[in-house]
Amino acid sequence: MGLDFISSILFATIVAGTPLIIVALGELVTEKSGVLNLGAEGTMSVGAVAAFAVAHHTGSPALGILAGMGAGMFMSLLFGLSALTLMANQVASGLALSIFGVGLSAFIGKSYESVALASVDPIRIPWLHRIPVLGPSLFAQQGLVYFSWILIAAVAWFLYRSRAGLVLRAVGESPVSAHAIGHGVVRIRYQAVLFGGAMAGIGGAFLSVFYTPMWAEGMVAGRGWIALSLVVFATWRPGRVMIGAYLFGGCMITQMFVQGSGARIAIPAQFLSSIPYVATIVVLVLISRNRGTIRLNSPASLGQPFLPDA
Amino acid sequence: MWLKFEPRAEPSRAMAYLSPLLAVGLMFLCGMILFYILGKNPVEGFRVFFMNPVKDAYGVAELFLKATPLMLCAVGLSMGFKANVWNIGAEGQLLIGALAGGGLALHFEGSPSPFLLPAMILAGALGGMAWAAIPAFLRTRFNANEILTSLMLVYVAELMVSWVVHGPWKDPDGFNFPQTRLFGAEATLPILLEGTRVNAALIFALGALVAGWIFMNRSFMGYQMKVAGQAEHAGRYAGFSAKRSVWIGMLAGGAMAGIAGISEVAGPIGQITEHISPGYGFAAMIVAFVGRLNPIGIFFSSLLMALLYLGGEQAQQYLNLPSSISKVFQGMLLFFLLGSDVFIHFRPRLVRRRK
Repeated sequence: MGLDFISSILFATIVAGTPLIIVALGELVTEKSGVLNLGAEGTMSVGAVAAFAVAHHTGSPALGILAGMGAGMFMSLLFGLSALTLMANQVASGLALSIFGVGLSAFIGKSYESVALASVDPIRIPWLHRIPVLGPSLFAQQGLVYFSWILIAAVAWFLYRSRAGLVLRAVGESPVSAHAIGHGVVRIRYQAVLFGGAMAGIGGAFLSVFYTPMWAEGMVAGRGWIALSLVVFATWRPGRVMIGAYLFGGCMITQMFVQGSGARIAIPAQFLSSIPYVATIVVLVLISRNRGTIRLNSPASLGQPFLPDA
Repeated sequence: MWLKFEPRAEPSRAMAYLSPLLAVGLMFLCGMILFYILGKNPVEGFRVFFMNPVKDAYGVAELFLKATPLMLCAVGLSMGFKANVWNIGAEGQLLIGALAGGGLALHFEGSPSPFLLPAMILAGALGGMAWAAIPAFLRTRFNANEILTSLMLVYVAELMVSWVVHGPWKDPDGFNFPQTRLFGAEATLPILLEGTRVNAALIFALGALVAGWIFMNRSFMGYQMKVAGQAEHAGRYAGFSAKRSVWIGMLAGGAMAGIAGISEVAGPIGQITEHISPGYGFAAMIVAFVGRLNPIGIFFSSLLMALLYLGGEQAQQYLNLPSSISKVFQGMLLFFLLGSDVFIHFRPRLVRRRK
C-alpha cells in the first residue's frame, strides 16, 4: 500500500464522516435540552433535496447549503409544534418527521433525479495542504469539512463554557427546576430543536451538493439514524462524536478499501454495504451494555414532555 | 388572546376516538391545498386521489389487497407499542419473512405436497420473528435501544434481498433481471374472489386482528404488557417481567410482518424481487397509531392507508404527479394525529395574555 493510497483512504474517511459529525452535533444539542428528535433522517433528506434544487437553479453551492439549512429548520419546526407545543410523544413525533421527510424529499426530488451538479473545488489551506500524506487528506477539503471541526469546538465551548449552554443543560436535566428559576423551558427547547434541524439540513446538503453530487431517492441511506446512534456512542460528548463519525466514515468506505488494497476476495457488494449498519448495532451494544454509562450521561429529562404553568 | 391548553382531570374518551377523524379531515384539507399549490384543481385532485381508486368493485378488491400486509404488520406492532416497545423495523422483518418463505418455494419448486404453502407461511413468520429477536435480545440482554437497532436491521434486510436476487437465487432464465423464478401454483396463495387479486392472506390478516384483540384484552399477559406501557413502575412493583413484554412485543411484530412478507411474494408479486414492499412496514406504524392500537381501529385505518397507496398510483397516472405523494400524505396524517391527540389530555381555552 502506497502513501497515496493511505492518503486517499484518510481523505475519503473524513468526507464520509463529515455529515455524520454535523448532524450528530445538532442532535446532541437537541438532546442536551431534553428533547429526543428521531427525525434526523427525514430532516436530512429534505435538506439534501432543497440544497440540491437551489444549487442546481442558482449554480451556487453556498446558497444550496443555506437552503438545506432553512429546510432543516422548517422540518424541525414541525417537530417542535408537535412535540413541544402540542406535547405529543417525542418518539412518535420524530418518526412522523422521518416518514414525512423521506416521502416529501422523494416527491420534490422526482424531477431532479437525472440532473448532476458540477463538482465543487476543494478549499486548499495555504502551506498546510503541502504536508505529505496528511496535507492532501486534511487540508484540501470542502469548506464544510473545516466547518465540522469548528462546530465541534463551538458546541463543546457552548455547552460547557457558556452561560446559555449551562441553562440548556439545566433544562435537559431538570426542566421543572429550570422553569422555577425563570427560564423558558419550551423556548430554549425550541431553539435547541431548531439548531438540530439546521445542522441536519446542512448535513443533508453536504451529501447532495458535495458528496455525490446528485439527488437520488433514499440517498441519505440511514445516515440520519446512524448520527442518532453516534450521539449515544459519544455518551453525549462533542469530542467523542468526531471519533465515532470517522469510525463510521471508515466503515462506509470499506468497499473502496477492499478494492484498493488489491485483495482478491470475492465479497458481494451488498455485504460490504451493510457494514456501517451492522457496526452501528455493535457499537450501540458495546456502549449500552453498561447501564450506568447511559444513565450517567444521558440528559435526565430526555424524551419527557414539559407542560408549562402546570 | 392566546390559546392555552389546560390539563383535563381525566383523559377524554370521546376525543381519543374523534382525534383520528379530525386528523383524516385535516389531511383531506391539506391535501387539497397541496393539489392547489401544485397547480391542480383541488376538487379534481381529491376525486382522483381518494375516490377514483374505489369507484368499482375491482378497486375495492385492490384496496383490501393493499390493506392486508398493513393490517398484519400494524396489529403485530400495536402489541409492542402498547408495552412501549418501539419496534420500527417491521419493514426488515417483512423482507426476511419473504426470504424465508420464498426460499422454501424455490427449493421445493413443483412439490405436490399440500404442506408446502403452510410451511412457507410458517417459515415467513419464523423469519420475521428471528429478525425481530435480534433487537429484542440486544435490548433485554445489553440494554441497547431497540428503536435504532431494529431500524438498522431494515437496511441490512434490504441488502440481503438485493444480494439473493442479484446472486444465488437469480432466475437463470430471467434475462439477468434481479429477480427469482416465478413461484409455481403450488406455492401461490389461493385467490378468494374470482376476477380479483384478493387472496387467502386477507383471512390471515382478519384472523390476526381477532387474535390480537383476544390477546391484548382477554389474556393476563396482554394485561401485563398494557400495564408495562402505561405505568412502568406499577408493572415492576406487581412483579410483571419487563423483559417478557419486550420479547412478546417484538416477536409478535416480527411474526406478523413476516407473514405479510411471505404473503406478498406468494401472492400478488409471485416471486422475490428488490421491490417487495413499498414501505408497508413503516406505513403500518401510522396505521397502528391512527387505529388507536386497537384491532377494530386498525382494520379501518389500514383501509385508509391502502387508499393512500392507491391514490398515489392514480395521481401518477391522471395528475402527472410522482407516486411518492402517498408518502407525503402518510406523514401528514401521522403529524395531524399526534397534533389532534393533544385534546385527549388537554382542554383548549382562549385566555387573555398577561402583561
